[in-house]
Amino acid sequence: MARYDRAITVFSPDGHLFQVEYALEAVRKGNAAVGVRGADIVVLGVEKKSTAKLQDSRTVRKIVSLDDHIALACAGLKADARVLINRARIECQSHRLTVEDPVTVEYITRYIAGLQQKYTQSGGVRPFGLSTLIVGFDPYTGVPSLYQTDPSGTFSAWKANATGRNSNSMREFLEKNYKETSGQETVKLAIRALLEVVESGGKNIEVAMMTKEHGLRQLEEAEIDAIVAEIEAEKAAAEAAKKAPPKEP
Amino acid sequence: MKLDTSGLESAEPVWATFNELADGFSAAPSFELPNTTDFDGFQKEAIQMVKPAKGTTTLAFIFKEGVMVAADSRASMGGYISSQSVKKIIEINPYMLGTMAGGAADCQFWHRNLGIKCRLHELANKRRISVTGASKLLANILYSYRGMGLSVGTMIAGWDETGPGLYYVDSEGGRLKGMRFSVGSGSPYAYGVLDSGYRYDMSVEEAAELARRAIYHATFRDGASGGVASVYHVGPNGWKKLSGDDVGELHYKYYPVMPSTVEQEMVEVAGA
Repeated sequence: MARYDRAITVFSPDGHLFQVEYALEAVRKGNAAVGVRGADIVVLGVEKKSTAKLQDSRTVRKIVSLDDHIALACAGLKADARVLINRARIECQSHRLTVEDPVTVEYITRYIAGLQQKYTQSGGVRPFGLSTLIVGFDPYTGVPSLYQTDPSGTFSAWKANATGRNSNSMREFLEKNYKETSGQETVKLAIRALLEVVESGGKNIEVAMMTKEHGLRQLEEAEIDAIVAEIEAEKAAAEAAKKAPPKEP
Repeated sequence: MKLDTSGLESAEPVWATFNELADGFSAAPSFELPNTTDFDGFQKEAIQMVKPAKGTTTLAFIFKEGVMVAADSRASMGGYISSQSVKKIIEINPYMLGTMAGGAADCQFWHRNLGIKCRLHELANKRRISVTGASKLLANILYSYRGMGLSVGTMIAGWDETGPGLYYVDSEGGRLKGMRFSVGSGSPYAYGVLDSGYRYDMSVEEAAELARRAIYHATFRDGASGGVASVYHVGPNGWKKLSGDDVGELHYKYYPVMPSTVEQEMVEVAGA
């Protein structure tokens, strides 16, 4: 099996591209990230590993905007992410220049996925070690979308998805608890999914929401703490209701 | 600026990856300069030699019901009329039209190429390209060939999600958005009739008649325009050809022959 690592352009006898699979491993070790699509809002949440005391946390933004109406969060190698994000931002502006229109979420996702795929089919390069969650609003129809790409270059649209560390648990949670939401409810759902795998508290998660009118907005730590408190209260109430069944005569 | 040869290439070469790994931008191509004392003068002469005069009349205007597009059908080579039946309104796709002025081959080829690009855009993005986008694609291509002798003076007319759209695009690389345009050697005459008769609130028939009359008057005074006046209408469901009238016949429709009184007098005198 070790023989098929070296040059990624080579398939293994049982049809695997090992470099791509190793890249997916790198993603699995990256920080948890979740994305949820609501009726009029899209929310991205990312796990913030504890910041070092001397580090200026404002410079470590994990949720970035690609254009006024598109945002991206990722899990995996952050340096690869920087390169990919820069190329995507250039493509967003290039599209605006050539057709005088902003990109659709699907278009930029296809571009990023295409870029990731290119690096799985060239000599002497390694794949990008990250999966991205791309959210945004269609500039013509105003419909919100959430897409995910991975190191192999595949992409698809999702109602809600998670990637990175413990993404399976988050996805299971989302599958069980997803319903069509809007506004603050969507934000709560995203945070609840993240809290499944992350220590609770505003300083451990970074959340951003995007609406058609106001674009991307990062939530303040205080806001996140308030929502977390709400969620904990709801959880406690649910537990209490379960433990004490209503006494009916 | 890098030449946009994407219309002529069939597949992207694999080696292009190495360029993109650097920073996504490629260097501009460089040309050898000819040995002359006066390079600027030489350039001007060369361009004048290759640039044929745009002997034609085409016009288009936006009104309440969509876009009206009209053109003559004469092709001339100096003083010789080479054809009276040239199709100067090119059907790019069922909802977009292009007009031809300048070099016929250039217009035909690049309009067809634009049609290909529009279709590819539709297939990739699952939605029609806007008139803005289509005209910009064409303008970018023409700009990358600037100074190499292309002669194209075209109007892109269509109906997209934002309603009717009309752009003027030429081989100098210019691109203008507007409500009324006329292109070609007969355009001053067409503008006179079009501008004085134009109202935004016209019906389709009134607009078609205005377009037809404008082309007729241009063919009457301009020797390089003539043949058949074709009129097309672009509406929300695409374009439709409304009429194609021979301008000679149009002349007698607008100015029917009256029997003159002189003949009658002469008959009387002969009788007396």
